[in-house]
Amino acid sequence: MTWNEFIHMGGYGAYVWSAYGLTAIVLTWNWVSTLLRKREVFKALQRSLKQQENLS
Amino acid sequence: MWSFFHKLASPKHFYRIAGAWIPWLGGITLLLMVVGLYLGLWVAPPDYQQGDSYRIMFVHVPAAWMSLFIYVFMAVCGGIGLIWNMKMADIMAMTSAPIGASFTFLALVTGSIWGKPMWGTWWVWDARLTSELILLFLYLGYIALQNAIEDPRTAARAGAILAIVGSVNIPIIHYSVEWWNTLHQGPTVTRMDKPAIHSSMLWPLLLMALAFQLYFFTLLLMRARVELLYRERRSRWVRELMGNLQPSPLSNNREVI
Amino acid sequence: MTPRQRRMIWVAVIITGVSLATFLALAAFQKNLLYFYTPSQVQAGEAPTGYAFRVGGLVEKGSVKRQPDSLAVRFTLTDGNAKVTVFYDGILPDLFREGQGIIAIGQLQPDGLFKASQVLAKHDENYMPPEVADALKKTGAMPTVDEFKGANR
Repeated sequence: MTWNEFIHMGGYGAYVWSAYGLTAIVLTWNWVSTLLRKREVFKALQRSLKQQENLS
Repeated sequence: MWSFFHKLASPKHFYRIAGAWIPWLGGITLLLMVVGLYLGLWVAPPDYQQGDSYRIMFVHVPAAWMSLFIYVFMAVCGGIGLIWNMKMADIMAMTSAPIGASFTFLALVTGSIWGKPMWGTWWVWDARLTSELILLFLYLGYIALQNAIEDPRTAARAGAILAIVGSVNIPIIHYSVEWWNTLHQGPTVTRMDKPAIHSSMLWPLLLMALAFQLYFFTLLLMRARVELLYRERRSRWVRELMGNLQPSPLSNNREVI
Repeated sequence: MTPRQRRMIWVAVIITGVSLATFLALAAFQKNLLYFYTPSQVQAGEAPTGYAFRVGGLVEKGSVKRQPDSLAVRFTLTDGNAKVTVFYDGILPDLFREGQGIIAIGQLQPDGLFKASQVLAKHDENYMPPEVADALKKTGAMPTVDEFKGANR
């Protein structure tokens, strides 16, 4: 297989690559959103901990 | 063996053990995916009927399998949570729902992209496609239910009942192509009588399926850890953990978490 | 009875109840969920005549006749027992060829001609490289097309 054939996919390039591209986007988004949520929770917990320390 | 599972059920130990597993699971997932994509997109020959368009199968079929697997997983976790009041099972069920919904979405859309050139249509209301669409709505209903109910215990119970009731859709999806005349073709891999797929195409399919499976477990552990931390925010172990995280001149062990 | 056992029984009751209800509903709707009719069913008069329905079968070898200067095409669908002649004027899917499984959507004319408004290709569940397919065809070991297995049900 050559690079050209690889991109062209026997005339089905648009279909094949859009399916794979969409899969990549969704799988990456799942992962990134998990990391974002993790950061959010960590920040919230640390903030509340600090408040408690300041109170005591 | 049992003591290991009991440890996993305890939040503190789960947090630690899952944290140790995530890099390994993630690494193997990535490796399998790279090999699977290389074999599927570059090495595997075109199909005798469908040419290169059949390569969509290597993401479509694993995504569809995962959409079914995750729903069953949710229902089982929900059942365990209902019967044994196990907090970890509730968290597992809840955090796997968005991942399952995204796989269902992928199965539907990649199938549609495959259907246009081969069948000649983006969508038909046959039994397989319709039941898979119902699965997506079940996932979305479950997620909506979780967001609507404030109390995590009540939300988990309501979600578990929805997941268990909805799981009757799973065998319907699987057998739809055999019970009814559908546009969607019958099962390829689970057929017993004869090999319906050449080994050069079967290998990338199985590798991608395994990669998707491990991807799910990696993300599940990551999400469950975060959710656990949040729910246990008032407990001692979380406070100690977070206390260690404070930037201090003496120790900078951020990476521990 | 402990509370746990009671919860267990409730879960079991819910599962069996819903399964039973679904099974009954499916049995009742069996007919409506049929995506297409086979040529045998059409010949037996089971297909509706007043409105559009779908007919599925294999494109008979040598039956495809294209009209010159237009997209219009006429072919015969068969399930081994009966035949339906289909007329279609439009773009055919890539998989359309003689021997291929096809589903046509349209209306049955009084003269028995099926006028299609859409033609869909139904492919089978076999995947193999072209060379392997050629070899199998030569030895006669090619998997038989069983995609219209519902034909005689």
